[in-house]
Amino acid sequence: MSESHAALAHQFDDPQQQAEAVTLGIWAFLITEVLFFGGLFTGYAGYRANYPQAFAEASHHLDILLGGINTMVLISSSLTMALAVHAAQSGKRQALVAFLLATIFLGVVFLGIKVIEYGHKFEDHLVPGRAFTFPGPHAQQVQLFFSFYFAMTGMHALHMIIGIAILSVLVVRAWRNRFSAAYYAPVEVTGVYWHFVDIVWIFLFPLLYLIGRH
Amino acid sequence: MSTAAIEAHDDFPTPTAPREHYLNVNYGVKSWLLTTDHKRIALLYLTSITLFFFLGGFFAVLIRLELMTPAGDLVQSETYNKLFTMHGLIMIFFFLIPSIPAVLGNFLVPMMIGARDLAFPRLNLLSWYIYVLGGLFTLCAAVFGGVDTGWTFYTPYSTTYANSNVMLTAVGVFITGFSSILTGLNFIVTIHTMRAPGLTWFRLPLFIWAHYATSLIMILGTPVLAITLVLVALERGLHIGIFDPALGGDPVLFQHLFWFYSHPAVYIMILPAMDVISELITCFSRKRVFGYSFIAFSSVAIAVLGFFVWGHHMFVSSQSVYAGLVFSILSFLVAIPSAIKVFNWTATLYKGSVSYETPMLYAFGFIGLFTIGGLTGLFLASLGLDVHVHGTYFVVAHFHYIMVGGAIMAYLGGVHFWWPKMTGRMYPEGWARLGALIIFIGFNLTFFPQFILGYLGMPRRYHMYPPEFQILNVLSSAGASILGLGYLIPMVYFLWSLRYGAVASANPWQAKGLEWQTPSPRPTGNFPETPIGTEEAYNYAPQEAEVV
Amino acid sequence: MSHPMVSPKLYFLVFATLMILTGVTVGAAYLDLGPLNTVVALTIAGCKTLLVILYFMHVRYSSRLTWVFAGVGFLWLAILIAFTMSDMRTRSWQPAPRGWTATSFSSPPGQEGTPNREVSEGRSP
Repeated sequence: MSESHAALAHQFDDPQQQAEAVTLGIWAFLITEVLFFGGLFTGYAGYRANYPQAFAEASHHLDILLGGINTMVLISSSLTMALAVHAAQSGKRQALVAFLLATIFLGVVFLGIKVIEYGHKFEDHLVPGRAFTFPGPHAQQVQLFFSFYFAMTGMHALHMIIGIAILSVLVVRAWRNRFSAAYYAPVEVTGVYWHFVDIVWIFLFPLLYLIGRH
Repeated sequence: MSTAAIEAHDDFPTPTAPREHYLNVNYGVKSWLLTTDHKRIALLYLTSITLFFFLGGFFAVLIRLELMTPAGDLVQSETYNKLFTMHGLIMIFFFLIPSIPAVLGNFLVPMMIGARDLAFPRLNLLSWYIYVLGGLFTLCAAVFGGVDTGWTFYTPYSTTYANSNVMLTAVGVFITGFSSILTGLNFIVTIHTMRAPGLTWFRLPLFIWAHYATSLIMILGTPVLAITLVLVALERGLHIGIFDPALGGDPVLFQHLFWFYSHPAVYIMILPAMDVISELITCFSRKRVFGYSFIAFSSVAIAVLGFFVWGHHMFVSSQSVYAGLVFSILSFLVAIPSAIKVFNWTATLYKGSVSYETPMLYAFGFIGLFTIGGLTGLFLASLGLDVHVHGTYFVVAHFHYIMVGGAIMAYLGGVHFWWPKMTGRMYPEGWARLGALIIFIGFNLTFFPQFILGYLGMPRRYHMYPPEFQILNVLSSAGASILGLGYLIPMVYFLWSLRYGAVASANPWQAKGLEWQTPSPRPTGNFPETPIGTEEAYNYAPQEAEVV
Repeated sequence: MSHPMVSPKLYFLVFATLMILTGVTVGAAYLDLGPLNTVVALTIAGCKTLLVILYFMHVRYSSRLTWVFAGVGFLWLAILIAFTMSDMRTRSWQPAPRGWTATSFSSPPGQEGTPNREVSEGRSP
């Protein structure tokens, strides 16, 4: 049988209370994440409304194919994450490990594609700063767009890296049989976090890659 | 009555502390630095915020010394900029924002709802370490030469032109923000899920309502400050210009993002204070608080409405006049719940059996000074007036009336009130009353002249001023020295009381509330078994005239 | 945590829907819908988000309180964006729009009181 350590912390009266607290806790944390990314979205919205042409021009320099593939990769990783939680709920250790590994793999693929994209931007002198060059009258506002591009996707990538790190710890613990149908809260909580990171990308993709493509 | 058994204890001639309690359950530095007991964490916070308070106060002393004379003769302009920046940063982020929630809130929230600890004790300890780490970064910034942007970090000065330690400070404040977030998260989850059976929302002490509302602000607002500081750091460090006008960037966007947090932040500072006052007034007038649900809803209303008014800091920033109109009317609206509270406290006092122990003196001080501060806030919310007094000492006086005359008085009142519960000792009442009086006098002498100065046009953040303002400035500086003395007095007698103070009984004030139901100081797990809430809050009997 | 178990079939269904919606959003970007392009893109993103929140994050099967927690962050973000935009979009409106003042000005008609909607690139509003 799987081994589940004493799961009830001393401050709680019963497992239901603990489960409820943990759920609310992770959602409260996600509220802060929404507002954290939200600051970036606010700035983005303001400037896109001010400089629609420049933003559209800049967006054309992003690779829709790579961005689209990344979107599908991330959605797939959400699927594997959901299936991992399901496996944990069912007490299926091997399936849990497999799905966690799949999620990590897809996450790494996402980051790899991002690295490629960033490389392209670097070669094309589209990284904001001293090396930035862009032909045309809107160069400065295009640089503004790319500031947001790098800030937003960079912050997103940072959250992915943290997520992958946490998933790696979970894989080890799952392999060592620490989770069971009675105790799988860390998996569920990490899942909720991972899905949130997916949601951020769901908004980033159209807002960054799909401006004025017609 | 459920307290009958406890009250019998108070008939004993000399109260004795319980043999084992949270302070002596184990000794050693490790047992404190690795504790997960919310009461010990509260004391860790008490120590660190007190240190920061005196550091921030030190900068204030230098400011007031400089302002004794019209010429800039004590320090250079750049140095003066650093002084008021450090004073503001330290007092706001490292003293006021944590103060009541992290000290009194951490200590009392679990007790008041009948819980053994907060929902996430280890996160609680982590929040303290994060606070210390952020504080260290900011101290480093001070040691390495300070930062001169003002605590408000306005761009493009902070991003492009400042030559001081902006990055270091931004990192420090960023880190400390997470301390706030974790505390708020902990309180929200705890209050939702860990109330004792029978403790419905409307039986909770108002202290809990206030901390719940405050925690909402911490969670919703602080992350926006965090990302704003990240953007400042990116622009300063990597030249990724978001606020750079040369790129078409908008410096006022920074102000929007900054004040979206920083205005609600002032409600983080005052909401807990307000309901410390509720607790004090109800206890020392031996009367149920008037309009309990109004006060409870007002706390939440202030927290929510407080997010809609930030543009009143930006009336003269080139913000749209139309947006200014909206922010102005909303700022008037947010004053209403605060006023409701003041009326309700007054009504609680009416026909109550009022006594004048030190906590009550601070409560009285709060009511008067907060009212003045709040009313002058309305002056500032009015667009036309604000054009005249924005950026002057009027603003400085306004927020010091609220923050110092209000929040700090409430904090001190609360520390005095719950000191016996925290330490098992009583402070010396005579000295405490003297301290309260000196603080009140010193405070008014310091800050009332500043209203006049501001109205006459003296700008803030300037260390030189026209000679005709000198008299008022000297009065203000004299008041500051009295105020400083006033703050030192409690420091001394609180420390003294730890060793030599009278041993306190479980409930020296005969107050209602679960936190008074078991011995002082508390055992580590608070309650031997989970209590059951059956009474309304503040269930003072109508004719309780006798008071200890 | 005691959530009812969602069947893997439902997860796959949601996954397929998300993929289809991704395709739709890319396709819609290539159509010229004028200002509606942004609306469509955000609506599709919103739908995808809702699916992820309700099913992958189990909010569909959670308490009312969890629903509130899930929604309130987005609501607050909407406040931040709405009020900030209300400033940035109305800054260039002149205080006295044409037709509101009774007296005529000496400057040529068409220049005074005209809301400056045309913010040329490179100039902050």
